[in-house]
Amino acid sequence: MGMTMAEKIIAAAAGVESCKAGDIETVTIDKLMSNDGTTHLTIDMYNNLKNPHIADTSKLVWIIDHNIPADSPKTAASHKKMRDFAKEHGITFYEGEGVCHQVMMEKHVRPGELIFGADSHTCAYGALGAFGTGVGCTDYLYGMVTGTSWLLVPETIRFNLHGKLNKGVYARDLILTIIGRISANGANYKAMEFAGEGLHELSIADRISICNLCVEAGAKTALMEVDDVALEYLEAHGRQPKALYKSDEDAVFSEVFDIDLSEIQPIVAKPHFVDNVVPAKECEGVKIDEAFLGSCNNGRIEDLRVGAQVIKGKHVADKVRFLVVPASRDVYKQALEEGLLDIFMEAGAMVMNPNCSVCWGACQGVIGEGETLISTGTRNFKGRAGHKDSFVYLASAATVTASAIRGCITVAEDL
Amino acid sequence: MGKVFRFNKDVDTDQIIASQYLLFPTIDEMKEHTFESLNSDFASQVKPGDFVVADENFGCGSSREQAPSVLKALGVKAVIAKSFARIFYRNSINIGMPVIVSKELYDVVSDGDEMELDLQAGLITVGDKQYACTKLPEKMQQILDQGGLIASLNQ
Repeated sequence: MGMTMAEKIIAAAAGVESCKAGDIETVTIDKLMSNDGTTHLTIDMYNNLKNPHIADTSKLVWIIDHNIPADSPKTAASHKKMRDFAKEHGITFYEGEGVCHQVMMEKHVRPGELIFGADSHTCAYGALGAFGTGVGCTDYLYGMVTGTSWLLVPETIRFNLHGKLNKGVYARDLILTIIGRISANGANYKAMEFAGEGLHELSIADRISICNLCVEAGAKTALMEVDDVALEYLEAHGRQPKALYKSDEDAVFSEVFDIDLSEIQPIVAKPHFVDNVVPAKECEGVKIDEAFLGSCNNGRIEDLRVGAQVIKGKHVADKVRFLVVPASRDVYKQALEEGLLDIFMEAGAMVMNPNCSVCWGACQGVIGEGETLISTGTRNFKGRAGHKDSFVYLASAATVTASAIRGCITVAEDL
Repeated sequence: MGKVFRFNKDVDTDQIIASQYLLFPTIDEMKEHTFESLNSDFASQVKPGDFVVADENFGCGSSREQAPSVLKALGVKAVIAKSFARIFYRNSINIGMPVIVSKELYDVVSDGDEMELDLQAGLITVGDKQYACTKLPEKMQQILDQGGLIASLNQ
């Protein structure tokens, strides 16, 4: 019987010839990423172990991205704990470099790897054919100490992509459409795999955006076949694949969806659930107080180009704040070089340092009671961007920027 | 016996403990903000031995282990839901907090009801009625039995 991509990666990590959905395997982990959302607690637990020990320091990557620069003495203390531990143990450490998943994609992820991340959006790494999965700090610590973990081999839902996205429609619209269709737990415990000739039409930025959001359908991981586009990205970033896998012809999928990309339309996810999606046009006119262009989902150079093109020569609406947050230092520098940051600033946007910003609603750009944010961030949960009685709509870079200009939700083509 | 605190479907981990508290130095400093957005009296009213009962997909969203940790720190004996999101489920077992699937309980209890849980027998008692709950997979029961995943590292 054939194997899925997820089964092949887990089998290799477990050192077995084959495995199938439902099996439990003990796996060797290739890399372990952790950020400032939980690492201070991981360190406390580590220090309380009877025999503290790190299996392989070279596999650890620690990134301060959620609350940077620190917003309070408490945050500063948690950052210091993380920074000092990383330096003392020789752990690869970034601070101010960017949002963790973007940094991982730029510098670390290789096809075929099994990667644990103490962050739910670790499933983004499937854009380069790696099995990334989100874990809590106890699982992280166990992996850090032993180099291993156990995994229930997931079933796979396969999405065959056909055709091309129309002009003005983006990967964000595609993945929101899919989440709306299968619901917030439609892929719980499962892998979401994307293939088909339509995949080759999508840039790496698009692919990250799609894989990144799969956890919002509950997915354990997201995976994409590695093609020439992915190999070129790797080459440009100075890396080689660990291994290249794709699902066998006779692999068993729990469900198969065929999606015609040309049928996708601009989409908005309304408060307070990511699967609460409607065509963006149905939300046109909803008044906003703030707009956010950034995050591990849509803070890449491609997204900033889209936003800059929409806003060039125009201005942010009266009483609206527009936050533009490049996802990494590299993206920031590139945007600077291309003149995009000039365009945003001349239009009245605030350009911030690379970080998670208002996507996680704790340190920057938080919104107040009764306020509404339109965001390219990952989540629109109640209170996600600040006050518990506030509202977050999720949309593409184009829709978010057009909405910042109008002061109400607007599809870019209607500007 | 413990009291029921009942929640709807798709309760995400941001509701259990919001982002702005996650970088507090300790779980004890975070726990008073548990469920702040949904029930601001929760942290002051919940007593050791009480239960959280919920509809489908409890604990979806962020991987923050602080979510099960604050519930455990407040003394919540178990979370019983129709289904759980993957990472929350795994995190709960890892820290030694029982998470139990019951397709019936949410529909038959109200906020404030008293209930009893017999983990060994897999039985929930509410008034004079009993409900069977799904047993944990063997691997997870082992982790729970030894007091969480870290306990195994200290053996």
